[in-house]
Amino acid sequence: MKNIVLLLLSLQISFFVTAQNAVALKLPSGFTSQVVTQEQGRVRHIAIAPNGTLYLKLERLRNGFGIVRLRDLNQDGVYEDSLLFGNYIGTGIAVKNHFLYASSNNAIFRYALDADFQPINPTAPGRLVYGLVDKGQHASKSITLDNAGNIYVNIGAPSNICQVEDRKAGSPGSMPCPILDSAGGIWQFSASSLDQTYAQGVRYATGLRNVVGLDWNNEVNDLFVTVHGRDLLFQHFPQLYDAKAGAELPAETFYRLKKGQDAGWPYAYWDQFKKKKILSPEFGGDGIKEGAPDAIEPLMGFPGHLAPNALLFYTGLQFPKRYRNGAFIAFHGSWNRNPEFQEGFYVVFVPMKNGLPTGEWEIFADGFTGKDKIMSPREAKHRPCGLAQAPDGSLLVSDDVRGWVWKISYPSK
Amino acid sequence: MLRVISIAIFWMCLSSTAYSQGNQSPKSSIGATVYQQYCMSCHQADGGGVPRMTPSLISTSYVTGDKKRLITILLQGLNEPIVVNDEEYYNPMASFSFLTDQQIAAVLSYIRTNFGNKSTAVSAQEVLQLRKQLSSKK
Repeated sequence: MKNIVLLLLSLQISFFVTAQNAVALKLPSGFTSQVVTQEQGRVRHIAIAPNGTLYLKLERLRNGFGIVRLRDLNQDGVYEDSLLFGNYIGTGIAVKNHFLYASSNNAIFRYALDADFQPINPTAPGRLVYGLVDKGQHASKSITLDNAGNIYVNIGAPSNICQVEDRKAGSPGSMPCPILDSAGGIWQFSASSLDQTYAQGVRYATGLRNVVGLDWNNEVNDLFVTVHGRDLLFQHFPQLYDAKAGAELPAETFYRLKKGQDAGWPYAYWDQFKKKKILSPEFGGDGIKEGAPDAIEPLMGFPGHLAPNALLFYTGLQFPKRYRNGAFIAFHGSWNRNPEFQEGFYVVFVPMKNGLPTGEWEIFADGFTGKDKIMSPREAKHRPCGLAQAPDGSLLVSDDVRGWVWKISYPSK
Repeated sequence: MLRVISIAIFWMCLSSTAYSQGNQSPKSSIGATVYQQYCMSCHQADGGGVPRMTPSLISTSYVTGDKKRLITILLQGLNEPIVVNDEEYYNPMASFSFLTDQQIAAVLSYIRTNFGNKSTAVSAQEVLQLRKQLSSKK
């Protein structure tokens, strides 16, 4: 009896805590959301196995560990059973064919999973790739896999715009940019060979400053990515860009990539208003001249600095039909739109068919910050960072401020 | 023309913020102006920085402690990740040696006495001295 009272009391306390801290998500009509886990730490990307086992990649170690495995053993919709493993921080995580893949900021590891999608030996993963560029800035390594045994990893440029002196007003761009040899692109590796490094990998696509969101689109069998665009146009070139232009430009971009393609960084950026590749001022641009003629154009440009951190193509049957094969993009939210308010702490939907957008982007899930206006990003209670599609077709969204995960569903009437 | 006006309005807003904080010597108003022009986009209006990227200037000995270390960061920039109050930050900071000794003294005095910080001012003489020392080392 005493135990039951204690249990009820603790349930009540946890309910109280949840109710106190919950932010109200704004969703399209008919959608509902539920917090399925909370306070898991700095949760970056997430991956879910076909049986619902959820894996979280942490950017900061918790009790010495950087991966969380969660299970909902009592089937009440909330993850209550956890296992911590992996002694490294990082962003990338993926589940494919009874393997779990996870990245640190310079390597990729692989864990064999058993029939229940649990790691067979969580302390001894295979090291697939090592020695990738990690200089702090843009060091996170997002990963995704195709259906032909390859893994794709973003190697972000440790630089804003490849100046001789990074982020220094007046410092010219390095021509040609030496960073592109080992970063500023997507590299392809075998998803099964151990101990690969640059020599065994392929620079799959280049001219990408910092891809954080990426996903393999199975409808058209291609890689798609979302890119964080450059900073400091207004601060370094006030004669060319006013504060408003510096807040809006350049676009955050969404690309479909084929092997060998170049997206133009650092020589040019995408201007979403002109719908042109504009020559970067560090490389002789004036805000009008076009640049990087051989570079590809994005599928879509978003307002500047919103930080698209995760990309997911929706293949479920639960949501209304217009969502199928469309893209969800989790934006982390901006820090450098001053003196404007910061913007973009939300999940966006892009309707798509055959790998092409069929309409404008729209805000799908908002309200993560718990505030109407954000002046500085640390005011945000939560910031969206990772996405996963649950086996039942719900959408999971992770947060890297406090480590909450929401499940967004479309209950049938 | 519109752009000129909007820049003018922007600067008026900035200077009104600087003055509205009240009770400040003209020197710290220069500090506020320098802060808003060169520092605010990364370190933010409230000095709190950006998680993972730009360190907070609030309640850290980097700001309120040793003046020489602080002046050196402005003169030489910072190209290594830095841990401030148990948080690691990764974005590099460029050198701001192009600012005058007076501007550097003013902005450092400003950050040492704002955002809840209560430390001492930095003088232009102190900046000049360190600038000479650092350049003679080269």
